[in-house]
Amino acid sequence: MTPEFALQYLINALSLGSLYALMALGMAIVFGVLRLVNLAYGELIMVAGYTLFVLNDSPLPWLVLAAIAVAMAMLASALTERIAFRPVRVNSLNAMLITSFAVSTLLQNSALLLVSPRTRAVNVPGVLSENLAIGGFTVSMSNILTILVSLALLFGLNLLLRRTTLGIALRAAADDFPMTRMLGVRADRVIATAFAISGLLAGVVALFWVARIGSVTPTIGAGPLLIALIATVIGGMSGLSGAIVGGYLLGALNVGMQLLLPQGLLDYRDAFTFAIVILVLLVRPQGLIAGRFAARVA
Amino acid sequence: MLTVTGVEARYGAIVALREVSLTVDEGELVALVGSNGAGKSTTLAVIAGLHRATRGSAAFEGTSLLARAPEDVARLGISLVPENRGIFPTLTVAENLRLGSYLRRDGAAAVRRDLDGLFERFPVLGQRRNQPAGTLSGGEQQQLAIARALIGKPRLLMLDEPSLGLAPTLVDRVFELVAELHRAGVTILLVEQNVRRTLEVADRAYLLRTGRMEASGKPSDLRSLVDIESVYLGGGPTASAASSATAASAPGEVPG
Repeated sequence: MTPEFALQYLINALSLGSLYALMALGMAIVFGVLRLVNLAYGELIMVAGYTLFVLNDSPLPWLVLAAIAVAMAMLASALTERIAFRPVRVNSLNAMLITSFAVSTLLQNSALLLVSPRTRAVNVPGVLSENLAIGGFTVSMSNILTILVSLALLFGLNLLLRRTTLGIALRAAADDFPMTRMLGVRADRVIATAFAISGLLAGVVALFWVARIGSVTPTIGAGPLLIALIATVIGGMSGLSGAIVGGYLLGALNVGMQLLLPQGLLDYRDAFTFAIVILVLLVRPQGLIAGRFAARVA
Repeated sequence: MLTVTGVEARYGAIVALREVSLTVDEGELVALVGSNGAGKSTTLAVIAGLHRATRGSAAFEGTSLLARAPEDVARLGISLVPENRGIFPTLTVAENLRLGSYLRRDGAAAVRRDLDGLFERFPVLGQRRNQPAGTLSGGEQQQLAIARALIGKPRLLMLDEPSLGLAPTLVDRVFELVAELHRAGVTILLVEQNVRRTLEVADRAYLLRTGRMEASGKPSDLRSLVDIESVYLGGGPTASAASSATAASAPGEVPG
């Protein structure tokens, strides 16, 4: 393997892994406080994607459009929490799980009805299709930006969760929600914050995901939802670091498959990736980072 | 200050509390004793808003407590240190304490001062302030749980089995601490299985048995009754050894 090839692989893996990590984190942050696997998570990506499609002809600079798309994903996340999850929260976890499935179906069908079942092209800013030459190497701008933006987001989120009282309350709620409330922290506030952060992550993921594909469909969220689920499970569901580790690992696996598999088998890349995931879980059913939910999961 | 009247509570079809009534006056140290499963913890859970009562009433300084969310009960100045201690294992000691002062509105300087006072009283918490609370020993976790409640300056402090699962010397320390807080004027509702020790420090006590108030009064009045029932109530060395075994199996627990 030449150095150039190795660097290329590393950047591809880091870039895809960053996206996967953000996807997984957005799912894990809600799971942490509510123990809810939010099946409508992928639709937040869809909402941001269609926002970009609707704004295709807008004269505004792309960064502004991107901010609007992210804001829409956050809004969708906060609204689904307020309208769909909060009323059933006191009933049971199963009620919430089914509700999240219903919300997912509802949002997908809205896109089918209001836009179209067909693929819709989305304008991608030129900078994302440029290449960058560093030394003798050529790397794609899209990959570099994905990595940089993801790292910045992870860094900012870490700061929020460690330095602000609300962030600390969010982590405390993942440890012991009733106790957090007994200290005076409002449950609604913590949960709404978790959903807003989840929406923010989904929105940013959507920007890069849609840019990679160049289009949006009503089912665009299905892939990211599956990835987020698998990454959190192999990461260990032990908290947020597990999701990040799982995301990067899945990204590296995926890019590795692309590299190692012979041409004829490339179509089955996902099957190979998931086979490895199953192997990992056979050896470590608690996930790579065993945490406090391990006993519950097992 | 606190008045609980005729409270009934259920877990599904099982009736945990049949008719529980009690009062706590300002500055008092009131004990609630009884055997395992008598309903002591459930009584505290009902007051704290964690468990719904199916009948009866509870009020704190005239404000009804039933049907109130835990965070709203906390905002009235009621603090519960639960049986499992309820510390946040992945948060540092300092972060646990920071959340304890979540409802304080008298400024960071005052909180800072109180925190220094707590670190003086519990030096180990000061030394380990940047460690995850889950790495503390059982006794240290209990200190943290009590310190976290105190930093919030509660008007009523409810302690659920603070001596559970601790080594005998630490049990002494806990009871000394409770007596000390009482002398300092903190109103305390104490739930304990260690009946003899509890009756030594309490102003008044209630004896709970299978969800009913069996007796109440001054510790001296209850003592004779408790001796007769000591077979059920435990409180001797055997019983506390058994309870520490239960505590050790709880997740994240390090036996004292």
